[in-house]
Amino acid sequence: MTRKVLSLALMSTALVTSAYAQDATLNIESWRNDDLALWQEKIIPAFEAEHPGIKVIFSPSAPAEYNAVLNSKLEAGSAGDLITCRPFDASLALYENGHLTDLSDLDAMGNFSDVAKSAWQTDDGSASFCVPMASVIHGFIYNKDAFNELGIDAPTTEAEFFAALDKIKEDGTYIPMAMGTNDQWEAATMGYNNIGPNYWKGEEGRQALIKGEQKLTDPQWVAPYATLAKWADYLGDGYEAQTYPDSQNLFTLGRAAVYPAGSWEISGFNTQADFEMGAFKPPVQNAGDTCYISDHTDIGIGLNAASENQEAARTFLAWVASPEFASIFGNALPGFFPLSSTPVELEDPLAKEIVGWRDECESTIRSTYQILSRGTPNLENETWGASVAAIKGAETPEALGQQLQDGLATWYAPHQ
Amino acid sequence: MQTRRIRWHIAVFLAPAVLVYTAVMIFPLFNTLRLALFTEVDQTRIYVGLQNFRTLFFDPIWSEQFWNALGNNFWFFLIHMLVQNPIGIALAALLSHPRLRFAALYRSAIFIPTIMSFVIVGFAWKLILSPLWGIAPSMLDAIGLKSLFAPWLGKEEHALTTLALVSVWQFVGIPMMLIYAALLSIPEEILEAGEIDGITGASAFWKIKLPLIIPSIGIISILTFVGNFNAFDLIYVSQGALAGPDFSTDILGTFMYRTFFGFQLQLGDPHMGSAIAGAMFAIILVGVCLYLFGIQTRMRRYQL
Repeated sequence: MTRKVLSLALMSTALVTSAYAQDATLNIESWRNDDLALWQEKIIPAFEAEHPGIKVIFSPSAPAEYNAVLNSKLEAGSAGDLITCRPFDASLALYENGHLTDLSDLDAMGNFSDVAKSAWQTDDGSASFCVPMASVIHGFIYNKDAFNELGIDAPTTEAEFFAALDKIKEDGTYIPMAMGTNDQWEAATMGYNNIGPNYWKGEEGRQALIKGEQKLTDPQWVAPYATLAKWADYLGDGYEAQTYPDSQNLFTLGRAAVYPAGSWEISGFNTQADFEMGAFKPPVQNAGDTCYISDHTDIGIGLNAASENQEAARTFLAWVASPEFASIFGNALPGFFPLSSTPVELEDPLAKEIVGWRDECESTIRSTYQILSRGTPNLENETWGASVAAIKGAETPEALGQQLQDGLATWYAPHQ
Repeated sequence: MQTRRIRWHIAVFLAPAVLVYTAVMIFPLFNTLRLALFTEVDQTRIYVGLQNFRTLFFDPIWSEQFWNALGNNFWFFLIHMLVQNPIGIALAALLSHPRLRFAALYRSAIFIPTIMSFVIVGFAWKLILSPLWGIAPSMLDAIGLKSLFAPWLGKEEHALTTLALVSVWQFVGIPMMLIYAALLSIPEEILEAGEIDGITGASAFWKIKLPLIIPSIGIISILTFVGNFNAFDLIYVSQGALAGPDFSTDILGTFMYRTFFGFQLQLGDPHMGSAIAGAMFAIILVGVCLYLFGIQTRMRRYQL
């Protein structure tokens, strides 16, 4: 009797499975749990309407755990069909271990520029393994009301920038700039890599550094630290223990006038701040200089090599590469800018202002992300420490440059 | 003739504990030590003997971090020994005073932080000490001592001491409870005999009670040692895996975590991480052995 029940149960499972097998169900692994609603309400319905027969499930995990969770799922063979890709080495390692499929032959990859694809390619550029989804742009967000009140215009040169900060400081109503050094990464990401590209001329300097033609002790790499050192006077009291959420709150509560930002802040700030916000580019040294911005490739999406739904997954990836997806994604998540070459019309004014810099300036990505943070000591982590030390004045910019260069030279052949 | 019977029941009774303990403690421990002898080259694991330990102790990049973490760990331990345990003993002595009112209330209040999560403690203290919204600056301001306030958690020279004191605040209940129990177990007759000889009040504590609770203090010291050298949570929660500012709060636990699991762009290296875990294990083992064979065997015990 029991056996009969069991076999009946097995049979029914088999039936159910085969019924589902006609439709492909795609699971997406992601760390963007903030975007769950967006995927469920906008992106997935739009895709499913066009492609009946393919079901898509977005199943994100916590950002800090994503890499570890994903790696163990891939090892165990239980990972989803589509994998949201971190930029550079984390995803490159997945590709090299055979977990991601080469997507170079996907027609839709033609919709992206080389810089956009660079975050998810092998070092020689021969294979692309993730479809670029979005980038984030660095700059400064400011409190327009405060600037109007004090009669300051958004600065374009460094001299104007510090003059504006001086004026805010003198007035005393606002903390000139909201940033802390407690969590360290802001100093490097929103500090060094925000203002730096203007010094090392964006891609030109970054590529030269990777090739070993420039060194971190060269003036263009040291000078940003000297500029950062001047920031300390304009940060709030006790900035040494100020955390990242502290800085966000200081700015959105209207207590600080300028916020060194990444564009990912836009949607959060829009809901929190009740004053008008504007944005200005990282200031150049002399009026009329070419400006460079950090337009950092941040999210891509790739195909799990072990997926049983390769065809359906490729259909989905081709759709992700289409302008239609770019427009849905870019507008639903202002501040995460689609990377496709076809321009996307954004509705959010702040996001529109920031993405407009792409036409005025040369784009580059964060200097430490590609190749240079592959060894120990890790250049990105070292840069966090160095940027904090520069702001605190714990060491001279020259000493910091030397320290980073020495660390890089211990393992990176082109610098030995 | 007497046949020796095999006493199966011993094995049967031991089995559950031995099996569970082996599966969740002994096997992982030895596997970690084994992992420390390998490294990964081109996605294949190869045996390298003690190479990882050589890197850890002699490669300047690694050894500098290791000695920094070890030094910080000793400072962390020292603060606990100098602050937590004396305060714990003093509190226990006060609590065991027969005429103290509300003793049970104080005892619970002081012990409660011990059962709270590190996450809550770390977060709450971070808010208390925050230069922007914390109550510490305004409280100091209220008594005219605002000038004493500094962003302690953000200063290299203060951060570790501050965190050690937060940890002391959290765990002072444990030595207090252990000593309290030891004090309660001292028979009244001894104290009364002392009183007849004219030893009362503070001198009764120093001359009678303290010598009798020395073994408990020894146990507390060793518990503190093991706890501090395994510490990780509080630092990780309040300062993150980079143990800022500038690694000034980096202890062996955070160093191991960062190496083993990776951090931001740095990919995890389980083999070097295991080497650090092995070093931690060795340090704790040596410390415990020194105590067990060097101190505990020589400790004078009194028959009560």
